[in-house]
Amino acid sequence: MKKILLISFVAVMISSCGNKENSESVQSSSIKVDGSSTVFPISEAVAEEFENENKDIKITANASGTGAGFKKFIRNEIDVTGASRPIKESEDKDCKEKGIEYLEIPIAYDGLAVVVSKENTWVDFLTVAELKKIWEPSAKGTVTHWDQIRAGWPHEKINLYGAGTESGTFDYFTEAIVGEARSCRTDYTASEDDNGLVSGVAGDKHSLGYFGYAYFYENQDKLKLVAIDDQKDDNGKGPILATTETIVNGTYQPLSRPLLIYINKQSSKRPEVANFVNYYIDQAPTLVPETGYVALSPEAYKLVKARFTSGTTGSLFLTLKTTVGVKLEEVLKSTQQ
Amino acid sequence: MAKKLGKRMRQKQVRKNKWYEYQDKSYKYIALFATSIGVIILGILLYDVVLDGFGRIDLKFFLDSSSRKAKNAGIYAALGGTLWIMLLTTLIAFPIGIGAGIYLEEYNKKGRLSSILEINISNLAGIPSIIYGLLGLEIFSRTLMMGDTALTGALTLALLILPIIIVSTREALKTVPYNLREASFALGASKWQTIWHQILPASLPGIVTGAILAISRAIGETAPLIVIGAATYITSVPTWPNESFTVLPIQIFYWIGKPQHDFQVNAAAAIIVLLGITFLMNGVAVYLRYRWQKKVKW
Repeated sequence: MKKILLISFVAVMISSCGNKENSESVQSSSIKVDGSSTVFPISEAVAEEFENENKDIKITANASGTGAGFKKFIRNEIDVTGASRPIKESEDKDCKEKGIEYLEIPIAYDGLAVVVSKENTWVDFLTVAELKKIWEPSAKGTVTHWDQIRAGWPHEKINLYGAGTESGTFDYFTEAIVGEARSCRTDYTASEDDNGLVSGVAGDKHSLGYFGYAYFYENQDKLKLVAIDDQKDDNGKGPILATTETIVNGTYQPLSRPLLIYINKQSSKRPEVANFVNYYIDQAPTLVPETGYVALSPEAYKLVKARFTSGTTGSLFLTLKTTVGVKLEEVLKSTQQ
Repeated sequence: MAKKLGKRMRQKQVRKNKWYEYQDKSYKYIALFATSIGVIILGILLYDVVLDGFGRIDLKFFLDSSSRKAKNAGIYAALGGTLWIMLLTTLIAFPIGIGAGIYLEEYNKKGRLSSILEINISNLAGIPSIIYGLLGLEIFSRTLMMGDTALTGALTLALLILPIIIVSTREALKTVPYNLREASFALGASKWQTIWHQILPASLPGIVTGAILAISRAIGETAPLIVIGAATYITSVPTWPNESFTVLPIQIFYWIGKPQHDFQVNAAAAIIVLLGITFLMNGVAVYLRYRWQKKVKW
């Protein structure tokens, strides 16, 4: 009996201690950020600068992934979550069920770089159709050599490297290239570790791979960037190389995507969170390029800021269903009226 | 005829002996190879890491925290978090683990219940650490509402190493000769007096060694702490266990994934620090064992 009493006493102690600190963390000026590992470097840079200027505010940031970030967001465990794809309908529904209102802020662009080895002499550009031919599920085991993709290319085995299925990059690439999210051949080297993909492609003459532009940018000496032709002339004719300009002006399509942050509306009423998000938007034009991503146009940032200040909740993309080929300025303007 | 046969048999015997000799020698080398392979791999790892990271370690590296710039990034928050976790995990796991070990070895009567208990404790030791992370997330972080705090991390890691501490405590207790207990009882000591004054002092080196090795395993864990949500970006050391934290392995894991090469250098430097802590703890374990063992005389 004594033992049972003791055990229950300890349990009460532990749980009361937990409660106390939970109420404390709400009072203290701390901001919790989580979400996409792609957005994380930007949030990290902003948090670093923000903390330098506001010493009394503590920020903790994590990179659990877009989906896991939304799960924590819905559980009301975090204030801000980063996303490399817009919120899904199911996630939006869960938010509503839990009574969580959110503010959605596009913050940067990320280009997906399609790369080959430096020693690859034959690939000059690829069309979206050719990429689809390589990556679609039916290519498994059949499209295996370079000369099957375009006549005149060598009869050599093609070794593919791409994002692992847990990453938002995989979702986006398959949606943009194959046409359906998460539909992809399976006989390729898949990894969540982008540095692994970089060294895989760099060390293999007959390879082809894709990953975030930042990873190409840091490894330009080892990799060759492939220009992409989407065969639509209204957004730039012919093959287009991923560069800061082509990503921001919307000609590097369909492989550039917006990165977003979502803010819990309840949290945004706390001054430190509001200040942090405003700071985030204000500093994005300088900090985003520093982290290897592409900043939005100044006009887009103005629209984004107005959207945050007005406290508009909900997502821009739920009705659009996709971010492939979307021009942010137009979408932002259309919702403002 | 008989002589010839004897000669042939002798030759056979000589051949056999040679074969045994050969077997003997080759086994010695196989064993040597098996022993040295671990050392060689550790050596290569150390060489590689030290080559990459040693030059990066300076005072500033210990005073800086998360940063997007590799040269401004450091391990202040991570090292502080690791020390907190070490302290808290020790405070939680030692008494419980050693207590459970004493109960199982000294009090528990052999029977069905005790064998079920024993099997389950051994099984616990084999559970992948990430499962403990999920347990910690659900029970400590969510049900008990502790959130992603240092206390949650320490409780989770304490669970993880409990089976190791229990098993090593029991092994240490087993080494105490039974005569000692009988002598103590004969002199009129109660069971508790016997345990406290005779058995524990005699087995302390073994118990402490096992417990320290368990802690040094705990501070190398990454997966369970990632699951409970230890921070990737944080610039402060917790002032109290109910604050967010991070640890060295998480910092290393994150740096290695960065595209910039300079962060890989940072990771190597942080690995040196982590290895340093582990070696130090193992050293302390060996030293304590050596010192205390000399004191114990029967």
